[in-house]
Amino acid sequence: MSGGGETSRAAPFRTPLKRARGLGAGKSGTDHFWTQRVTAIVLAPLAIWFVWTLVTLVGADLETARGIIARPWNTIIFAVFLVSMFWHAKLGLQIVIEDYVHTRSLEITAHFLNNFLCGLGAIASLYAIARIAFAS
Amino acid sequence: MAYRKRPLSPFMLGQTYRFQITSLMSILHRITGISLALGGISLVWWLMAIAIGGDAYEFASRQWSSPLGLAFLFGFTLALVYHLLNGIRHLLWDAGWGFEIPKVYASGYAVFVVGFVLTGLIWFFGMRGMA
Repeated sequence: MSGGGETSRAAPFRTPLKRARGLGAGKSGTDHFWTQRVTAIVLAPLAIWFVWTLVTLVGADLETARGIIARPWNTIIFAVFLVSMFWHAKLGLQIVIEDYVHTRSLEITAHFLNNFLCGLGAIASLYAIARIAFAS
Repeated sequence: MAYRKRPLSPFMLGQTYRFQITSLMSILHRITGISLALGGISLVWWLMAIAIGGDAYEFASRQWSSPLGLAFLFGFTLALVYHLLNGIRHLLWDAGWGFEIPKVYASGYAVFVVGFVLTGLIWFFGMRGMA
């Protein structure tokens, strides 16, 4: 063994490939952090418009409510907003569960419910919006 | 072996740490985030009711127009506006802006002031547009 200086280092087993992949100990790199920011940036300009539209929908009759959602750009913005929202929610709730739920079985159940409900929310939103848009 | 029960992060406020607006806002960001996710599920129910129409829509519409429904939606608006504004604060921090303590406090108070004003404006014009 000629590389005496090498073996005295703290991490002699870390290969250059590990560094090149850039995925770290969690094996997912900066993906979670980055996706959370990207969805946040998508949601930010649409949030006020979205909640304002909801407030105007209160008490509206069915035809009016469908008409608002079925306007072409509204349909698209509703779809983009709700999918981004449930994606962002899934990522955020995942962190909350990881931080506060310390019983392993409960934690896994919570992660499952989080993924399932956020996925269901996104799919159901898209279905409802599409049905309203294409029926009108 | 005897372990000393050491305080863990979310429960240190009030016991170990003095109350401060910065930690309060951080916790509020999580609470509003969780609330918005749960509220989001109820919005899906509303959308499904609009898609289905008929009695399902009548029922959903009555719930949202009731005092409780309106209070729920107002709370949803408040949570959304807070999470949005504080989220922008977080994005600016991510970009490296506003980390100095006076700026952290100033942006924090700004979130509260702008948040209440924005929520008020949304409801004022939203309800007027409805009539």
